[in-house]
Amino acid sequence: MTIEYSDQQIRELEQIAAALRRDSLRMIYQRQAGHPGGSLSAADIMAALYFHVMRIDPQNPDWPDRDRFILSKGHASALLYSALARRGFFPAADLDHWGELTCHLQGHPDRLKTPGVDMTSGILGHGIAVGAGLALAAQLQGRSYHVYVLLGDGECQGGIVWEGANACAKFGLANLTAILDYNKVQLDGPVQEIMPMEPFADKWRSFRWNVIEIDGHNIGQILSSLDQAHSVKGKPSVIIAHTIKGKGVSFMENKAQWHGIAPNKEQFEAALAELGGGSK
Amino acid sequence: MSNPAMREAYGKALADYGAVNPAVVALDADTSSSTLSSYFASRFPTRFFNVGIAEPCMVDMSAGLALGGMLPFVNAFAALVALRALEQIRTCICYNRANVKIAASYAGVSDFKDGPTHHAITDIAIMRSLPEMTVIVPADAGEAAAFVKLIAEYDGPVYLRLNRSATQAVSQPDDNLQIGRGIVRRPGSDVTIIACGSMAGRSLQAADILAGRGVDACVLDMHTVKPLDNELILKMAGETGGVVTAEEHTVIGGLGSAVAELLAQEMPVPQACVGIKDTFACTGPDPETIMDAYGLGVRDIADAALKVMEKKIK
Repeated sequence: MTIEYSDQQIRELEQIAAALRRDSLRMIYQRQAGHPGGSLSAADIMAALYFHVMRIDPQNPDWPDRDRFILSKGHASALLYSALARRGFFPAADLDHWGELTCHLQGHPDRLKTPGVDMTSGILGHGIAVGAGLALAAQLQGRSYHVYVLLGDGECQGGIVWEGANACAKFGLANLTAILDYNKVQLDGPVQEIMPMEPFADKWRSFRWNVIEIDGHNIGQILSSLDQAHSVKGKPSVIIAHTIKGKGVSFMENKAQWHGIAPNKEQFEAALAELGGGSK
Repeated sequence: MSNPAMREAYGKALADYGAVNPAVVALDADTSSSTLSSYFASRFPTRFFNVGIAEPCMVDMSAGLALGGMLPFVNAFAALVALRALEQIRTCICYNRANVKIAASYAGVSDFKDGPTHHAITDIAIMRSLPEMTVIVPADAGEAAAFVKLIAEYDGPVYLRLNRSATQAVSQPDDNLQIGRGIVRRPGSDVTIIACGSMAGRSLQAADILAGRGVDACVLDMHTVKPLDNELILKMAGETGGVVTAEEHTVIGGLGSAVAELLAQEMPVPQACVGIKDTFACTGPDPETIMDAYGLGVRDIADAALKVMEKKIK
């Protein structure tokens, strides 16, 4: 079954993605801390998940049957917070207080403090294995929710990711989908240089996962790949989303130095101009 | 009446409790025939998950299961779960406040055959330092079994430290076991011996020796190392004026340290710490022989008590 998406649906999600990029950069600029590169690369994926795919209810963030999202690459917290705020889990004004002592928005997502955060994350590598437990719980309780895990490429260098991947396959967790934000750049430089992960898709296949490769900035492909993942029975799916670190801001794209530093005023304004204007 | 191994009592109690509470699930890392989570596995095969030799994965999965509304018991060798999976425990269980129970088997030197790689003599110190974590060290099989229900019905992360083998039985049917409430196993007025795990039984033996020397020793079974029963410890330290701690663990960071932290701030009295003295132990023919060789003997406890008696202000 192939679902067709209208141009208008896609255009709307693209606009949301652009807004999430602007929100994220503004948060990082105001706080003078955060991770722009990996927030910009995953914005299209987050727009598709939070504004089309996931069954969630901002008025009822603890709804037991909601779909779950785990930001395994927890350093893209600004992006998650932007999505949650725009989706109505908490007031958008909270974003201006990120990192303040009394603000619920932590450096990395904290499920006990921020409404809509399903799993505390930040230390890399946990998403797949924790997601496996959540997906198993759904099966044990006969619930139909789906677990989405957004992975970074660099974090897949750690063994716990593959312990979790093995477990997901063993327990046949078709209700778990990982989306790999494969932007190919990590803190210290190119992934291919720091610790190559290729052949990436083959690794996942050999761990008995359904593997889909897409352009992670193409909303239509993101939506179709998630539909495809849902249709697979008996095994988990990974969507390898080829992305560009710093996507949308020319001087940040593919630059490791934009992994974890904040723009100054001039850079921020130039970035906003590229991302389609106003800061709101 | 026979005195079963602690792991045996735990394994059977977990299976029994599994019948009462359908939310309970058990995970193991290829050690179910050792930890005896196998009792649960054979009764509830659809609620048992063997993740292979991957303790970090097991701990992360348990966090996910807890978030999904299940009540996971994680089963593993203490040396592995408390060290290899420590970051998972800190981040995904404690900081995340996942309601997971960690049953850490083969603790102390009870895995005598496998040697220091498999001994767990630092786990109390490590687990005690984690915010949100409760640390329980049962003294015998009876306590190990009874704590299964108690920790399951307590909302929060728990580290339950179990011996591979049998320890001297100290528990009584009318114990009224409660998390965080120590038990007076023997009243006494001259010195207080505060013990956990296998050292509770040994401390009672030491108290007998001390009685022969005219010293009336009180023995506290401090099964909960965190939160510590401050009230009982301060009461008995006040009444006796001297304290000995005894644990099958390094002297750094465990029960002895916990008691010293309390007494130093609230009621400084002479204290001696019986434990493994910042060294690795060795392989041996049985746990008792190793314990005797590494300063955990009945005699060591009695000697420590006599030294404390000398230091008490007359």
